Amino acid sequence: MTDTKKRPEGMSPQTIDVREPAANGAAAAFRYLTGQFRQIGLFLALIVIVAFFQITTGGITLQPDNVSNIIIQNSYILILAVGMVMVIIAGHIDLSVGSVVAFVGAVSGVLMTRVGLPFWLAIILCLVLGAIIGAWQGFWVAYFGIPAFIVTLAGMLIFRGAAFIALGNQQISPFPDPFRAIGSGFLPTLGDSGYEPITVIIGLLAIVSIVATGLRGRLTRKKYALEDEPIWWFSLKLVAMIGLVLLVTLLLASYNGTPVVLIILGVLVVVYTAVMGRTVFGRHIYAIGGNLAAATLSGVKTKRVTFLIFVNMGVLAALAGMVFTAGLNLASPSAGNGFELDAISAVFIGGAAVTGGIGTIPGAIIGGLIIGVLNNGMSILGIGIEYQQLVKGLVLLAAVAFDFYNKRRGGSR
Amino acid sequence: MTTILEMRDITKTFPGVKALQNVTIKVERGTVHAICGENGAGKSTLMKVLSGVYPHGTFDGQILFEDQPVEFRTINDSEAAGVVIIHQELALSPFLSIAENIYLGNEQAKRGFIDWNKTNLEASKLLARVGLKDNPITKVIDIGVGKQQLVEIAKALSKRVKLLILDEPTAALNDDDSAHLLDLIKHLREQGITCIIISHKLNEIEEIADAVTIIRDGRTIETLDMHAGEVNEDRIIRGMVGRDLESRYPDHTSHVGEELLRIEDWTVHHPIDRSRKVVDGANVMVRAGEIVGIAGLMGAGRTELAMSVFGHSYGTGISGKLYKRGKEITVKNVPQAVAAGIAYATEDRKRYGLNLIDDIKRNVSGSALGKLANFAGFVNAPEETQVANGYRKSMNIKAPTVAAITGKLSGGNQQKVVLSQWLFSDPEVLILDEPTRGIDVGAKYEIYTIINQLADQGKGVIVISSELPELLGICDRIYTLSEGHITADVPREEATAEHLMQFMTKFREAAEA
Ligand SMILES: Nc1ncnc2c1ncn2[C@@H]1O[C@H](COP(=O)(O)OP(=O)(O)OP(=O)(O)O)[C@@H](O)[C@H]1O
Ligand SMILES: [Mg+2]
Repeated sequence: MTDTKKRPEGMSPQTIDVREPAANGAAAAFRYLTGQFRQIGLFLALIVIVAFFQITTGGITLQPDNVSNIIIQNSYILILAVGMVMVIIAGHIDLSVGSVVAFVGAVSGVLMTRVGLPFWLAIILCLVLGAIIGAWQGFWVAYFGIPAFIVTLAGMLIFRGAAFIALGNQQISPFPDPFRAIGSGFLPTLGDSGYEPITVIIGLLAIVSIVATGLRGRLTRKKYALEDEPIWWFSLKLVAMIGLVLLVTLLLASYNGTPVVLIILGVLVVVYTAVMGRTVFGRHIYAIGGNLAAATLSGVKTKRVTFLIFVNMGVLAALAGMVFTAGLNLASPSAGNGFELDAISAVFIGGAAVTGGIGTIPGAIIGGLIIGVLNNGMSILGIGIEYQQLVKGLVLLAAVAFDFYNKRRGGSR
Repeated sequence: MTTILEMRDITKTFPGVKALQNVTIKVERGTVHAICGENGAGKSTLMKVLSGVYPHGTFDGQILFEDQPVEFRTINDSEAAGVVIIHQELALSPFLSIAENIYLGNEQAKRGFIDWNKTNLEASKLLARVGLKDNPITKVIDIGVGKQQLVEIAKALSKRVKLLILDEPTAALNDDDSAHLLDLIKHLREQGITCIIISHKLNEIEEIADAVTIIRDGRTIETLDMHAGEVNEDRIIRGMVGRDLESRYPDHTSHVGEELLRIEDWTVHHPIDRSRKVVDGANVMVRAGEIVGIAGLMGAGRTELAMSVFGHSYGTGISGKLYKRGKEITVKNVPQAVAAGIAYATEDRKRYGLNLIDDIKRNVSGSALGKLANFAGFVNAPEETQVANGYRKSMNIKAPTVAAITGKLSGGNQQKVVLSQWLFSDPEVLILDEPTRGIDVGAKYEIYTIINQLADQGKGVIVISSELPELLGICDRIYTLSEGHITADVPREEATAEHLMQFMTKFREAAEA
């Protein structure tokens, strides 16, 4: 009917073809980069912050033992952030995770030291407990329609109380060694001079798989003639990623080797990134957060998806609780205080939208790392806790303000 | 006659799209000036430029209002000058009263305290001017869309409007309400208020406009004087699409087969006021290859009927039976409805149809993502893009790529994305609720053609529409709905607008008597 051929002034000359070859020169490259700004900005921010502390701490920040520490000391926040970003993308929030960390830590202590269960059974039972806690909260949110803010605010009080009750107001310590390994242990090592081989092998395997998945994705997109990423940008990203993995690998290999939690985290990130980006379930989470009514009318089982998101959050909070408890070698009723705020900050620094529908797992991880490096660097510099809080607050505000600024500049809807 | 507004060489660019290019328009004081153009031509953008939604400096060009150059930076600036825009999507706050909405942002206050007596008194005067008899303390959610539109105008009048901009004001209104609105616009013209009106309903333009400016692909094509004679709908269409349109409705003969879906004795109650029957004992049937229309006035229960059938998406206390090919089926939620091969494309695309922050391809695949996924639930993204690209071409969706965010498309193009989504789910019975609302004449023809193709593939299509000519032009059979009752089932050959209207108002008159 209306065919575009008859319109010499039609869409095509007025629209920028994003598949424009990079050969078009610097202008095209620049335009592409501005489109990718959020992604790069976050990454650059992390690098700048690391560099800043590397200089101000006189090189302590990137020393092998400190890198190992940063990973171990932030692992539980990162685990929480993975679950939290999914909750926030769906348009909800979970304020209870800090209390759940304390409660699960307490129960793990009771099971292992007072009841005397083997550590693996205790771990399984604690994960199940996390799922039950998540199901409890998910039930009220999804099937009862109570806002998550309220349900998890209640949960925050409930599970904090439960932690005190479970521990009878006393701390539990010490924990069996195999359990402690998930918090502060390292993979077994071969020899202890120079670069530790197992860590190097793991690092190399990671690099090979990064290159392989990157190339494979590019090839399939090519096959469908859908490639929109310039080759130089693809290569640059790949090189940066390889460099980063290599750096961390070498640093870890020259210290104690690979922390167990790093493996746990790595698996979580890979699995959940795939779930969010490529599965039907992940898509449905984005759809719910983007427009709940439209998702419902498209046949998305919105209640079930919401329920499962909270179950998942519960399981990850339980895992974080055990990692934290194992790392400290101590179960205390006041554990995990304020963790929910760190996890939520990580997610928003990582580019998630307050209104739901937008966010990524890698973003949340980088957001978490930014907070972690800030904590670590300021502690090394001997900056008091009061200033640490203040700086973290400002960073959160700046990150979100940057997002809003970006959006406004891009034209309002 | 003097010129009240002149926009010169307006150019507005969005990332990747040049929405307006050197657009020039001149509006005479005290006239009704229409703006016509295809979906995505740039009409709404031009009006947003004029009213300060896009502030001065974010576009190129010059605006002269009452012979003075103006630089509106916010909507408040333009309103202070007497330019008021009523957007394509109404912007009233549903839980506030009519009076509160009229004075929202412009409260009648004394020393910081709102003077409710004055608010309500002044509001009722304004309501009288627009011909609304409702009490100003009624909540906006409790009045129909037609009246809400009038409240918007009353709100504009409260701001001492000189130039009133209406962006597709009648798109959501039925014929009665539209006629009332047009009368009101004529009345305002007599009082010296200038109106700019955007509409895809060309008969309305022909009726009220003094001049028409036609925009195509972001450029002014021409301005027609409607009193110059020989300017009629066909002439406007020629300007819009650049050539003549032989017919508004494609020729089509349906090959009607066996019965596909039968809705029997369907009764639905209002979700809040549970004693009220919104649909009462309705019987509707559609056969394979048949296009069935449902006609009814606003509030007759058309959307409610459709949505309640579509997996109980509306209403409570739903009773009645559904038969698919003669076998009874249970459809209690949307996934069951989709599984049963029923699709429902909503009339309210922003609220119920689209994920506005996501892109075209993910919206298109939304209701049938399973078709693109493997056994483990992984979505084949390249294939998804291909599918979406297919629809972008076949539906002629104007967007640079399928990765464009749907919230940034023009209204008509958003509608095409909603339709694509349901075509992709490949249903057997398709319920289309106002499928051409806000869509330009050319695109309407395309959509009618698609509806015909669907019928030719043996699907059953149910079309709900407020435009009787449309139903008469494409349907094989038309049901009329009045106050929740099916009042007639008329074959195309016997249907006339008068005849249908009689049945559509049957119960309304009874209720009013
Ligand atoms: N915020 C935005 N960002 C990017 N592109 C936009 C934005 N707003 C509008 N556009 C684009 O500008 C063009 C003109 O849009 P506009 O809404 O003015 O069309 P319209 O003539 O009002 O169409 P319709 O009849 O469908 O309402 C379209 O191609 C649209 O996609
Ligand atoms: Mg528009």
